[in-house]
Amino acid sequence: MMDATILFVDDEVGFVDAMSKRLARRNMTIHTAYDGDQAMKSLGEHPGIEVVILDMKMPGKDGLEVLRDIKRDHPIVEVIMLTGHATVESAIEGMQNGAFDYLMKPCNIDDLTEKIRMAVKLYHDHEDEEVQARIDDITHRMA
Amino acid sequence: MQTEAKKTYDKLSRKIALTVITVSLAPLILVGGLIFDQFRSIYRAKVYAHLAEVVDKQNDNVNNFLSEKLAEVQYLTRVFTYEELSDPQTLEQALKGMQQQYGRIFVDLGIIDENGSQVAYAGPFDLLGADYSKADWYINSRNKKTCISDVFMGLRQAPHFIITINNSSAGKPWTLRATIDFLAFSNLVENVHIGETGYAYILNKEGVFQTRPQVGRNSDLVLTPYEDIQQPTPGEGVSIQLSKGSDGEKYVTVSSLLKNGDWKLVYQQNMSDAFSAMIRSEFITLVIFLSGGLAIIAMALYLSRKLVTHIEFIDDENEMMNRQMVETGKLASIGELAAGIAHEINNPVAIMIEEAGWVSDLLEDEGKEMSSYTEITRALEQVRTQGGRCKDITHKLLSFARKTDSRVVDVFLPELIEEVLEISIQQARYAQVNLSLDLDRSMGPVRASVSELQQVFLNLFNNAVQAMEAEGGTLSVSCRAEGDEAYVSVADTGPGIPAANLSRIFDPFFTTKPVGKGSGLGLSICFGLIHQMGGEIDVESGVGQGARFNIRLPLPPTGTEHDVEKEE
Repeated sequence: MMDATILFVDDEVGFVDAMSKRLARRNMTIHTAYDGDQAMKSLGEHPGIEVVILDMKMPGKDGLEVLRDIKRDHPIVEVIMLTGHATVESAIEGMQNGAFDYLMKPCNIDDLTEKIRMAVKLYHDHEDEEVQARIDDITHRMA
Repeated sequence: MQTEAKKTYDKLSRKIALTVITVSLAPLILVGGLIFDQFRSIYRAKVYAHLAEVVDKQNDNVNNFLSEKLAEVQYLTRVFTYEELSDPQTLEQALKGMQQQYGRIFVDLGIIDENGSQVAYAGPFDLLGADYSKADWYINSRNKKTCISDVFMGLRQAPHFIITINNSSAGKPWTLRATIDFLAFSNLVENVHIGETGYAYILNKEGVFQTRPQVGRNSDLVLTPYEDIQQPTPGEGVSIQLSKGSDGEKYVTVSSLLKNGDWKLVYQQNMSDAFSAMIRSEFITLVIFLSGGLAIIAMALYLSRKLVTHIEFIDDENEMMNRQMVETGKLASIGELAAGIAHEINNPVAIMIEEAGWVSDLLEDEGKEMSSYTEITRALEQVRTQGGRCKDITHKLLSFARKTDSRVVDVFLPELIEEVLEISIQQARYAQVNLSLDLDRSMGPVRASVSELQQVFLNLFNNAVQAMEAEGGTLSVSCRAEGDEAYVSVADTGPGIPAANLSRIFDPFFTTKPVGKGSGLGLSICFGLIHQMGGEIDVESGVGQGARFNIRLPLPPTGTEHDVEKEE
């Protein structure tokens, strides 16, 4: 149905497992991480990750910090913030920091897949732009 | 506890009143008493001095009168001889001359020989040959050159007194006798009349009246002297005596000696009459003093009561404030707790929903042949629906436990009102309250804090619903724009607010709810918030008419709206 490589980051193991099973069933490749450090490590190990679904409230590094790290190290990876109601403000702050969108927990699976689809498209647009830029750069140099 | 506190306040009130009374009355009493006493003694001295002077002067008058008359009679013996005076014609002439010269004071003249027999007489009575050898005045005057008798009735049965001049010619003593009209003499003394009861009279040595006693005077009056006033008198021989009369009155008696001590001029007056001016002013002073004192006491009592009531009120308010603080703290921690719980519940609910979704995903592929497929799908759907309800609840809880956000944003009133109504609707349903909404959705936004407006409307709606709780009713909310203001009115059909409470309804801590039910802060917070936004809130109500709260909020001017946003 849809090809996407996703990193799902949440400290709630049960939620991560259920979601990854449901998303995998929708033709997505799912990597999981249960905190910020694991997420950064996973991003390093799997360069094909297009979208990160990131919980705002986690022990250790919270969602905003992780977002900043991701945007610093992997600028074209899109991030969808996942939030409980109490952290809507920080989710909005996350958007201002370059997150693609945010979703309230618990979320409708169809909403989520739609957002993932849009994020993947954006990722590929950015990727193309980057490739094009690199090509331009090389041709420019060759010329 | 309650009575204990009341006792303390009563004690405080008493203490303040007592202090004020003591401090204000003590100098008043001291100064007043001193002045009173001084005034009294000075006035007394003045009255005594005045009386003494009057009596002294009168004494001189009477003495002068007597000595004048004496001299006038004596003059006759100088110019006429015994023989001449014994001639009735000469005597008659002499009497006429004297009467012409001195008035009818001289009633008659007579010549008495050594045996006491009247040998010549001139006057209206037929007294020639009268024998006076046994008469007191004659016997008394025998061995004196001149003599003035006491007043007596005598043979003519009319009060009079007699001046006698003893003389002798050719070794034979004879006496010239002149009768002085009593009336003329009496007038001299009786003219002394002061006040209502003050009058003068003359007594002889035996205490017999020489003048007519005062008309209407109680003749049985017995005076018991009890005090002699030592007085720097203007004349010698004036003495002042205070006496108690047998009629219970007090009398002041001023007396001086006349006629070398034979007679006594007495002036007598009721003490209350003599000092009437002083007594009157004393009375007025006393009345002023007493009414002043009463006023001070009343004022002190009133003020202390008022002060203590005020203190009590402030204490109550303080206590209420403290209780309110505790309550607020409790509420805040409950809010935090609710937020924590809501957040913690949110995750398990999310997992449950996702697991249910996973199961339904699996069923889609594999379970279609199962006989109970539809039932399982229905059950899963139910799990999802109920999970969604839980989610709504937790989200609502979270949104109200959040810290109030006073950021000013564009707020669309109709939407906000509906949102808030949704929260109070549950309570309203139980109270059989109908809703009547008239919201103008086309109106522009006001600039305000969402959570503050939420608080205001929540308060108003809850109050209205609570007012109608007993019998049900209709909650009408209308909202429209008018000119540059937004109008919102919240009306209920409850029992209404009595006029006495209308003016206090926005006061902090004013509540008509039973203790512990209402803080009395809701409307005052509304008032404060609305005014902070530059708006107005007022109330129209009356008993039985329900209550209508009107809110006016300024709408931002449409032209500059854009600029305002840019600034932020």
